[in-house]
Amino acid sequence: MDIADTPINPDSRSRLASPGRWAYALVLAFGTIVTLVRYGEHMDGFELAILVGTTLTLAALGWHWLASAALTLVSGALALLAIDLYRGDLARAEQVFALKYLLASQSAIGWMSMLFLMATAAYWIGLLARSPFASAVGRGLTWAASALGTAGLLARWHESYLIAPDYGHIPISNLYEVFVLFCLITALLHLYYEGRYPSRNLGAFTLLVISAAVGFLMWYALERGAHEIQPLIPALQSYWMKIHVPANFVGYGAFALAAMVAVALLLAGRGVLAPRLPSVQVLDELMYRAIAIGFAFFTLATILGALWAAEAWGTYWQWDPKETWALIVWLNYAAWLHLRLTRGLRGSVLAWWALGGLLVTSFAFLGVNMFLSGLHSYGSL
Amino acid sequence: MRFAVSLLAIIAIASIIGTVLKQNEPYNNYLNQFGQFWFPLFEIFGLYSVYGSGWFLLLLAFLVISTSACLIRQTPGILREMRGFREHAQEISLRQFGLHIELDYRGTREALTPVLAAYLREHGYRFRSNLRSGATLFAAKSGSWHRTGYWLAHGAIVTICLGGLADGNLPLKLRLLLGDKVVTQGNQAISAIPESARLGPDNPSFRGNLFIPEGQSQSLAVLNVRDGILLQELPFAVSLKRFVIDHYATGAPKRFASEILLTDRATGQSFERVVEVNHPVTYRGITLYQASFDDGGTRLNLVVQPLGKMTDTPRGAADTLVGVVGESGRHGDYTIEFTGFRALNVEPLDSEPTQTKPLRERFAERFAGSGRNADQRRMANVGPSFSYKLRDTSGQAKEFNNYMFPVSIQGRWWLLTGVRENPNEPFRYLRLPLDADGRIDTFVAMRTRLLDPGQHRSIAQTFARRSLPSGTTSETVQTRLADTAQRTLQLFAEQGFDSVGRFIEANVPSAEREQAAEVFVKLLEGCAWQALIDAHAALGRPAPTTEADTAAFLRATLTAMSDSLHYPAPFWLQLSGYDEVKASVLQATRSPGMTPVFLGCALLTVGVLIMLYGRERRLFLLVQDGGKLLVAMSAHRKSLALAAEFREHSQGIARLANSGFDGSGPTRAADV
Repeated sequence: MDIADTPINPDSRSRLASPGRWAYALVLAFGTIVTLVRYGEHMDGFELAILVGTTLTLAALGWHWLASAALTLVSGALALLAIDLYRGDLARAEQVFALKYLLASQSAIGWMSMLFLMATAAYWIGLLARSPFASAVGRGLTWAASALGTAGLLARWHESYLIAPDYGHIPISNLYEVFVLFCLITALLHLYYEGRYPSRNLGAFTLLVISAAVGFLMWYALERGAHEIQPLIPALQSYWMKIHVPANFVGYGAFALAAMVAVALLLAGRGVLAPRLPSVQVLDELMYRAIAIGFAFFTLATILGALWAAEAWGTYWQWDPKETWALIVWLNYAAWLHLRLTRGLRGSVLAWWALGGLLVTSFAFLGVNMFLSGLHSYGSL
Repeated sequence: MRFAVSLLAIIAIASIIGTVLKQNEPYNNYLNQFGQFWFPLFEIFGLYSVYGSGWFLLLLAFLVISTSACLIRQTPGILREMRGFREHAQEISLRQFGLHIELDYRGTREALTPVLAAYLREHGYRFRSNLRSGATLFAAKSGSWHRTGYWLAHGAIVTICLGGLADGNLPLKLRLLLGDKVVTQGNQAISAIPESARLGPDNPSFRGNLFIPEGQSQSLAVLNVRDGILLQELPFAVSLKRFVIDHYATGAPKRFASEILLTDRATGQSFERVVEVNHPVTYRGITLYQASFDDGGTRLNLVVQPLGKMTDTPRGAADTLVGVVGESGRHGDYTIEFTGFRALNVEPLDSEPTQTKPLRERFAERFAGSGRNADQRRMANVGPSFSYKLRDTSGQAKEFNNYMFPVSIQGRWWLLTGVRENPNEPFRYLRLPLDADGRIDTFVAMRTRLLDPGQHRSIAQTFARRSLPSGTTSETVQTRLADTAQRTLQLFAEQGFDSVGRFIEANVPSAEREQAAEVFVKLLEGCAWQALIDAHAALGRPAPTTEADTAAFLRATLTAMSDSLHYPAPFWLQLSGYDEVKASVLQATRSPGMTPVFLGCALLTVGVLIMLYGRERRLFLLVQDGGKLLVAMSAHRKSLALAAEFREHSQGIARLANSGFDGSGPTRAADV
């Protein structure tokens, strides 16, 4: 085995930054306490649990992956700034320069979209012109896009409460909002693996799927006006939404990432761009890692969905098209993992399979909403 | 394993059929869709209810059996793996490991072995040492408990499927198959439903609907089975005190809640509860969910207003009628089926949607600022509406939808009555103008005058007398004007402006048509003015004034009158009052499989995480006399991380082997 292909970036394991980690944990703890003191009386037990759970998750993620801490702090600070500038008046989105052109949710999401498109271009220049500088620019732009997108979603959350207190809800309730979430999660997974594996130029491929999502997002807002904040229908008024939806999108994002790695693997396996791409072993491992984390989260998300369904619709499973397709996606990746783990299959067969998996996943994610009607018709096109 | 995976694939395909073909629709829909030939064939294969069909359940059962078989077959091997250390491994097999390295060490074997043992312990390895001639083998392993992930994940699938099977209610399916229970049709009185279609409260698993109007009580749930229903007796009665719908400012629903009283039929005890979407209520193992709502028989107080052609209209004062939603009534030759009532209708205030702007402007607007547009359409509640079907003697039905309160459109207030011939079409609305007092009476009174051929002569004559007072012109001119006005009114009474237009086209040269049309409109307006004066007199009101608004009212009245001649019924029903009764549809389920399914889900999550992220490692250290140390490593799953770990271990062990054993202990090379 090629020893140069060290999968684990030594920096990420270093304990040198421990003071930084503790400081981050303290900031999170402080934020949580402030939230509890200010808003605790309005929260029920589940919301308290979700708040504490989120804090712990962010702390664990930051501990394990320091860069995510920076992202949390920057996007959190931007969102807090936006909230401060709003002063409880939504109309200020049109009056305050910083809100109108950067921090109000649609402005921030617009910036996110542009930055993702620019990052894609930069990664491709880096790949084609063998320019590490361009790739580094692509990475920087991806981070910036992620920070603004996260800040945008947080601002949107606040804005929904400014429209009317009973409107307020977490912005993951319709197809437009979850598309932003999808872009962010896929980008973060990409950045995580880019930091951990010598995955030079892989961004050119993974950012493609994000660009496609950005394209859809823009079309959806410009042609259909889907960016408007709408109140929550009764079926969605549940704490389950706060965990079911994000878990699902970690799954979707990871499967999309795996498919893009599979494209790179298929190209590298045929010698196309091979010297500019990571080795086939690294790509294979990355593809497995992405599918593994996607599968774990997708399993969890489907189970959370079943728990929610039992509470809202009276049964944990009723073969609604979305449920059925979630099962098909799950079975697809279960078979993929079986082939790799018990048959020891590697390489192009699994790469093609992962690519086909993206089609199945996209159908479950989008196609079901477009072509089939059912209980999950929240984001019909 | 292969068998299980191919079964999973078949289940996936079955699920696709289930998605493509809409499930559990009324059987007539399928018959229309597929025709006589395919319909029964698809029915045999159970394609209308794939997930409840015998073959699908059989597939699930096979899956359970094969996964269980796989579990049983694999278990001894896994147990052996978990227990064993493989301390009898031969040097030759160790050298075949993908990851192995030969190191040199200083000092004696006896001195090195405790140091290595300490190293292994420190890195979380359990080991057995095996003394052989001229060598010591440390067979070490860590994380072998991760093998339990396999049992958890696969056992979970079996548990979930068994839970699902329990909820599939096989005993009931069997009884239906044997003819012990028979489904019946839903459109009959409850008392007429035979015992063979009723299920007792001991039925272990079911899912049915309770339709309860406000103020009524229900203890039977309706189960939809194939193309019919079964009745499920509940051990308690549910009476609905009130059904609540809250709305957002946009008019979108915010909350559905049923305030119910549960009465235990055995003990007679009662409990007040609120069932809400996402907040079910469980009693005696049966859970009640807010599934839907409907009208529970609202009483409608109605005024029958004549409309359409005068010839079919019964004369005299307007009749009144009382209708109940969900029931039928009669008026003349017509049967009226009252189909629905809505107390609240939130509609956009601006009738036109915002115009499409150029892309660049839309971009600047939608990707700047908050998630709410400034130009969002304003909405307002326009009040109650109700719908009914009018069936004539030939059985033809048309559907109507009328609003109770007037609606302001283009600066004037109107009453709206909508009609459609086909449920797929939108309603087309007829607008009836209100007078300055906000009443429909003036329109009705004018209409009975202007469209009644018996009154045309007198209207025309009065109109002519006023337009050309005697003395200013000859009698003949006045008579000619009266004649023309009468002809015009007759034309208008046929099909409104349509018949006037057709007359002009047939009799006037094209160059003069526009002028002629103006004359006709003037004549009609003049007659309408006369009818208005008469109407005011008849209604006991002061004579109308010649304001600009009166002219607008006359024009609106003529247009509405012309349109009303195309209205496909001789009357419309005006809602004058109502007494709303809502109904709630609750779903009652008993689901004994829920607990095993959720237990299985918990096991599955843990199992999948362990299987994917568990790190089982084996490390073999063969210390040979003569300063040779063979290090070999393997894992249950190969990964790049394993290679890195092997490198760290071999470096750490090499440092120990060359350090001369000064007792300082191993350095902390890596955290695994």
